[in-house]
Amino acid sequence: MKKLMVTAAAVLWSQCAMADEMRLAVTTSFDNSGLSEVLLPAIKADLDIDLQLLVVGTGQALKLGEAGDVDAVLVHSKAAEDTFVAAGHGTHRREIMYNDFVLIGPKADGADTANATSAADAFARVASAEAAFVSRGDDSGTHKAELGIWSSAGLEVGGFGPWYHAVGAGMGAALNTAAGLDAYIFADRASWLNFGNKSGLALTYSGDPALFNQYAFLPVDPAKNGNIRNDLAMKLEDWLTSPRAADLINGYEINGEPLFVFNAVAQ
Amino acid sequence: MIDILEGLKAAFWLVVSFDAELWEISLRSLRVTLTALVIASLIAIPLGTYLAVQRFRYRRFIISLINALMGLPPVVIGLIVYILLSRSGPFGVLNLLFTPTAMIIAQVIIITPVIASIAHQAMRELWAEYHDLLISLNTTKWQRIVTLIRDGRRNLLTAALAGFGRAIGEVGAIMIVGGNIDHVTRVLTTAIALETGKGDFALALGLGFVLIGIAIVVNLAIHTLSRTEREGRW
Amino acid sequence: MVSAKFPLKLHQVLVRRRGKTVIGPVDLELGPQGATMILGPNGSGKTTLLRVMHGIERISSGSVQWEDDDPAKHAFVFQSPVVLRRTVAQNLAYPLELLKLPKLTVKTSVAEWLGRIGLQGKADMSATRLSGGERQKLAIARALIRKPDVLFLDEPCANLDGHATREIEAILQEATAAGTRLVMATHDMGQARRLAHDLVFMLNGKIHETGGADSIFECPKTKELTAFLNGDIVV
Repeated sequence: MKKLMVTAAAVLWSQCAMADEMRLAVTTSFDNSGLSEVLLPAIKADLDIDLQLLVVGTGQALKLGEAGDVDAVLVHSKAAEDTFVAAGHGTHRREIMYNDFVLIGPKADGADTANATSAADAFARVASAEAAFVSRGDDSGTHKAELGIWSSAGLEVGGFGPWYHAVGAGMGAALNTAAGLDAYIFADRASWLNFGNKSGLALTYSGDPALFNQYAFLPVDPAKNGNIRNDLAMKLEDWLTSPRAADLINGYEINGEPLFVFNAVAQ
Repeated sequence: MIDILEGLKAAFWLVVSFDAELWEISLRSLRVTLTALVIASLIAIPLGTYLAVQRFRYRRFIISLINALMGLPPVVIGLIVYILLSRSGPFGVLNLLFTPTAMIIAQVIIITPVIASIAHQAMRELWAEYHDLLISLNTTKWQRIVTLIRDGRRNLLTAALAGFGRAIGEVGAIMIVGGNIDHVTRVLTTAIALETGKGDFALALGLGFVLIGIAIVVNLAIHTLSRTEREGRW
Repeated sequence: MVSAKFPLKLHQVLVRRRGKTVIGPVDLELGPQGATMILGPNGSGKTTLLRVMHGIERISSGSVQWEDDDPAKHAFVFQSPVVLRRTVAQNLAYPLELLKLPKLTVKTSVAEWLGRIGLQGKADMSATRLSGGERQKLAIARALIRKPDVLFLDEPCANLDGHATREIEAILQEATAAGTRLVMATHDMGQARRLAHDLVFMLNGKIHETGGADSIFECPKTKELTAFLNGDIVV
């Protein structure tokens, strides 16, 4: 009888051991970059984890973390992340990599943003020219960064005229709208490079350190419920901050251009 | 215009090359929708029939309620199901969120009112025809329901196909409760939404044409199997 | 077959709909034998009276008393024949299937009745494609296939041609001879004369006169019945 129990336990245990599934909520801009297609197979090979990605906006990603429906979150909005950890939803915040935001606009660049002296200045030029501008408007990391630039230029989004279009959509959809309207749009470089429908748009301004876009990994607090795989989240975090990940991330290019810069520090 | 042609081309190549991913998401779409259809029909058809034959106090209210529920935006239903199935919600222990089962649940809730409403309408007409005869023959309530369902099966099939159409093209609810996770809960409609968001219109359209094609094939298959045209009583 | 279920007694039966009296008050007693014809002009309440006797019409007051009732032993044929959306054979089989009779019994009865009404050739045809006369024959066969004690008929030949009427009356004569109690409404005097053993004459929702067929046609007691039998319009 005892032998039977031990065998049964071993079989069940191995079944559990095989099913290492982890749920990670990521932002649409991360998924649009295409980096996940490089990282996921490596994660499977190195850690034997089936990483299930839920690709949603930053707001929704943090909400899923709050509800305990995912094991960890990867987003790029420091203020929201700090609130998340402070409220006890996440155990801590670990920086992984950054890319930058860029200003995209019509090739003709009517607001002359190419000659702007800073990101805030570029935005101010768009506002004074009242050139068409498309905003994500969806409370995402990109959207919050955009709002930050407007306020650093001393401009109040609520008072903008109809030239400012808040579409409430993901990066790809918003880029489509901008292409259709021949408008300016604030995007992350990765999504821009990966975007297939550029038509009359081009990159008009970039390079200001204020356009720094930091991605961070936040494990969800396992005390929320018994199903959270914090063990897997920790394994993944170690991997994401390892030299192996550094190679993959730094080496990821689109049309010969690297997208992300790995900047995790050892702990 | 070019996008539509590109879309048709994309659809053609996807199908002809037996693209593995396409097969996977198409089969998953069919599996989720057909399962939801069977479950919803098992609820809706007896319900619609019962409402046609039995008079009771709140009957009119329930019929109006069912008709009104048809107008509920599927996204709202998806949100409600998400809240219920979330780990922080009442049914979180079932661990159903972000699985095809959650998608089936959401779709059942969405299409049951549609099927029930059409079924009820068809059964009401048939009951008006059979009413005197079945009462005269001293049939039990159960015998009446069985007779109506049997003799009205063509119209009930239409009701079921209406439910199928609603479900196969649905994207809002299953996006929320399924999460559109690659290889787990991604289906044709959510894949189309994803590709559209990425700006890959040609692929999105291609998938869309495949979806339309599947819907047509299913409808044709069911009509052929039930020989609705031949018996002349279509 | 004489049944212990009769006599049927209707006592002060009143049927009111939407504030108007449809029939009543009606007192009637039906004995166990023969064929009763309910005769009267259109709108006199014949259909309602029949439906009340069969039990499918709600009465507002009064009582309908059978000596001993088994509703499964009644059958009703409607003025507009109701057929199920199935084949002719399946229509005939339906009442027997409701009784959960064994398949072989059902098959035999169906075949027998198909022959009696002359529709053997159309057994597998959809019943909805039959002519009016054929449908009514089917309805009567379907009613008789369960060997009911009493058969109620509501003007079954009202919409049929002479040929179909003759065939149906023949079937009804056979049924009466076999012992089935017939209670039939009609506004056709000739039909009443042909089939009645006794007569109930209705006018304006009330029973105006009753009597045995042999006496009532020769010597009607009331002037209204006399006028009706004369072919006059009676109101």
